Amino acid sequence: MSESAHHSQNPHHYFDAEAGPVVRPYAMTRGRTSSTSHHRLDLIALVVPEPAADHPVHDQSLSPEHVEIVERCEDTPQSIAELAAGLDLPVGVVRVLVGDLVEDALVHVTRPVPPAELPDVNILREVINGLRAL
Amino acid sequence: MVFGRSNSRRPVEPVTLKILVAGGFGVGKTTLVGAVSEIRPLRTEETLSEAGRPVDDTAGVEGKTTTTVAMDFGRITLREDLVLYVFGTPGQDRFWFLWDELAQGALGAVVLADTRRLEDSFAAVDYFERRGIPFTVAVNCFDGAGRFPVETVRTALDLDPGVPLMMCDARERESVKEVLVAVVEHALERVDGSRRAAAAT
Repeated sequence: MSESAHHSQNPHHYFDAEAGPVVRPYAMTRGRTSSTSHHRLDLIALVVPEPAADHPVHDQSLSPEHVEIVERCEDTPQSIAELAAGLDLPVGVVRVLVGDLVEDALVHVTRPVPPAELPDVNILREVINGLRAL
Repeated sequence: MVFGRSNSRRPVEPVTLKILVAGGFGVGKTTLVGAVSEIRPLRTEETLSEAGRPVDDTAGVEGKTTTTVAMDFGRITLREDLVLYVFGTPGQDRFWFLWDELAQGALGAVVLADTRRLEDSFAAVDYFERRGIPFTVAVNCFDGAGRFPVETVRTALDLDPGVPLMMCDARERESVKEVLVAVVEHALERVDGSRRAAAAT
């Protein structure tokens, strides 16, 4: 791999900022790298808060990041990719956190078009019209 | 009151679609995304380790490296219930396994090319051809880059006759809109074609 070759050629290369954040991202997921749900959440899957999330929730198991995800999605559902960018967390971490919220029935996630299916012709036409109208 | 909300209006749940933008490093993928996105292109990062590769290989775990791969993306709200995301794919070929995930369910793709470094587009053209993902080649007309006739570029890239090829300016919103429209029209032709083929059998 070219990268390791690069490092070996520079034995005095020190890691600093590149070594990453002080709190390792996966500490927020308590070390989990995948959620218990069977589907890997697509980058454009939208996170929609459930009505139950309207009520006060005193769930001690929720981290501030969980709470922030629900709050960010309240007015406009956000995609996994947008949440990752907004929270400045790796996509993998957001997937685990959203998986927790799905499990707790605080949010649900929209399922994008299954890859095996051809996209609906009408939707494609609407996309073309929508783009032209921009 | 963690989740207190002042109104109980249910948010609309839009249909989300994605188009990929691929091409060599520095070809203008993020510029293209930014030209049409309603938000400043966002960057999301995926921390990948060698263990995340599709092939299980426990040998050499002691030398496991992690890599952060960045993807830039933008959003276009076409209607309240229809949202298009445009993703710039990671430029380095060795992140092809991330493309697989990005490509899943994608409506289509743009291969952004620079005539000075056409060879940088080969990997992307090859990838989308093999996956059967509808794509359009857009040649980003950089200032100072030699202009070549469309047919010359088509031959150089060895494109199938059905693949649309167009010139564009990745900085110009109107130009990028045309490119995206061409991608979706191409996807539509493909769907129509396969429906007809299915009906004929």
